Amino acid sequence: MSKQELAVAALRNGTVIDHIPPQALFQCVKILGIELLDKQLTIGNNLHSSKHGAKGIIKVADTFFPEAVLDRISIIAPDAVVNTIRDYEVVEKRRVELPDTVVGIVKCDNPKCITNHEPMRTKFAVIDRNAGLLRCHYCNHTVSSLKATLL
Amino acid sequence: MNSSSLVSISDLSKEEIMRLLAQARHFELNPNQKILDGKVVATLFFEPSTRTRLSFETAVNRLGGRVIGFSDASSTSTSKGETLKDTIKMVSNYVDLIVMRHFLEGASRYATEVTDVPVINAGDGANQHPSQTMLDLYSIYKTQGRLDNLTITLVGDLKYGRTVHSLIMAMRYFNPTFRFVACDELKMPEEYKEVCRQNGIKYTEHKEFSKEVIDTSDIIYMTRVQRERFADLMEYEKVKDLYTLHNAMLDGARDNLRILHPLPRVNEINPDVDDNPKAYYFQQAQNGLYARQALICRSLGIDIPQEPLSISNQK
Ligand SMILES: [Zn+2]
Repeated sequence: MSKQELAVAALRNGTVIDHIPPQALFQCVKILGIELLDKQLTIGNNLHSSKHGAKGIIKVADTFFPEAVLDRISIIAPDAVVNTIRDYEVVEKRRVELPDTVVGIVKCDNPKCITNHEPMRTKFAVIDRNAGLLRCHYCNHTVSSLKATLL
Repeated sequence: MNSSSLVSISDLSKEEIMRLLAQARHFELNPNQKILDGKVVATLFFEPSTRTRLSFETAVNRLGGRVIGFSDASSTSTSKGETLKDTIKMVSNYVDLIVMRHFLEGASRYATEVTDVPVINAGDGANQHPSQTMLDLYSIYKTQGRLDNLTITLVGDLKYGRTVHSLIMAMRYFNPTFRFVACDELKMPEEYKEVCRQNGIKYTEHKEFSKEVIDTSDIIYMTRVQRERFADLMEYEKVKDLYTLHNAMLDGARDNLRILHPLPRVNEINPDVDDNPKAYYFQQAQNGLYARQALICRSLGIDIPQEPLSISNQK
């Protein structure tokens, strides 16, 4: 086992989120709400990735995240992999999943869109999963999920 | 959304479009009928548009219905900060149909989600304006006797012009050939070229509004080239006259060619074209009345006879 893998495996219980695009790492930290957490926390960025060149990784001890939070992660880090660790074992390893429709998470970047003027939830259809393209259900503008402002 | 609403032309199937055109024909032959007796229609114009509002209101009045509404949001409680949702819910208590125009994009779609009363979108910002598209389709259908296999040339502002985008969406059922004539700044967005490719629609792009393009067109659809669209005014000055149609340019055109324009025009069609029998933009606007009568009856669930279009009763 290499030293790098050892660092990940050293977690006894908790969550490891891997394959985060470097530019999305700190927004992921924010979405997870772990800034004030008093658990053991390791954040790495610009690490070598065989798939994407560079990646970020977040390891949090004794913490597991609800689906709704991981849905938000899937918007800005569609390739992220979530590892659930119990007693030093990876008991679950899965990619986050961008849902078909994204409701109430992303802000429409069209300033003339009704969603930016009414107290209402935004709604987007995922039109290109690989490119991370979302189309506003209301104004039809296309928003890139990687550059999206989250609500 | 309730299915009797109409927000975008893409909400209509090919069969529905054909039925609406045949019903528009019926209204053209019988524009005054008392079929909306007892019906009240709201025209909510959060953004003024006299042309569109008068067309809708005339359509209702000629069918014997009543109209309530406003022509400018400054006269409503919206100006006091009332949400769109609350305004729509309040009006829904009184009427059978809402026709609305709004400066915000997606406003009509949202309105359909907060009321059970059918909503017709009469324009939401730069987004959709389906009754304009229906009158464009009706004008093409009437002047050509068909919608299938036509060569349609779109000229001018193809980037921001919502009418040309909606026309592509509507014509995708009818195997058209498109010519896109525009300068680099205003050329057809990739998104709509992708729609063409996905639907097997042939298109070519041209920077020059050439004789060859004009002489092989069945329809030329002109749009306004607006100064505001250019970051560089020099660029505007350079291109503004390149996409102006003059009567002399029509010398070799096909007999069946018709010139369309959503109006109002600025200088993209020289007045010397107006007397050419190929100029159709004034009748085009009049067709809006019949197209809107058909759309109103669709939303109200009123069954209307369909009038087949025969070549002999064209124009
Ligand atoms: Zn939007």
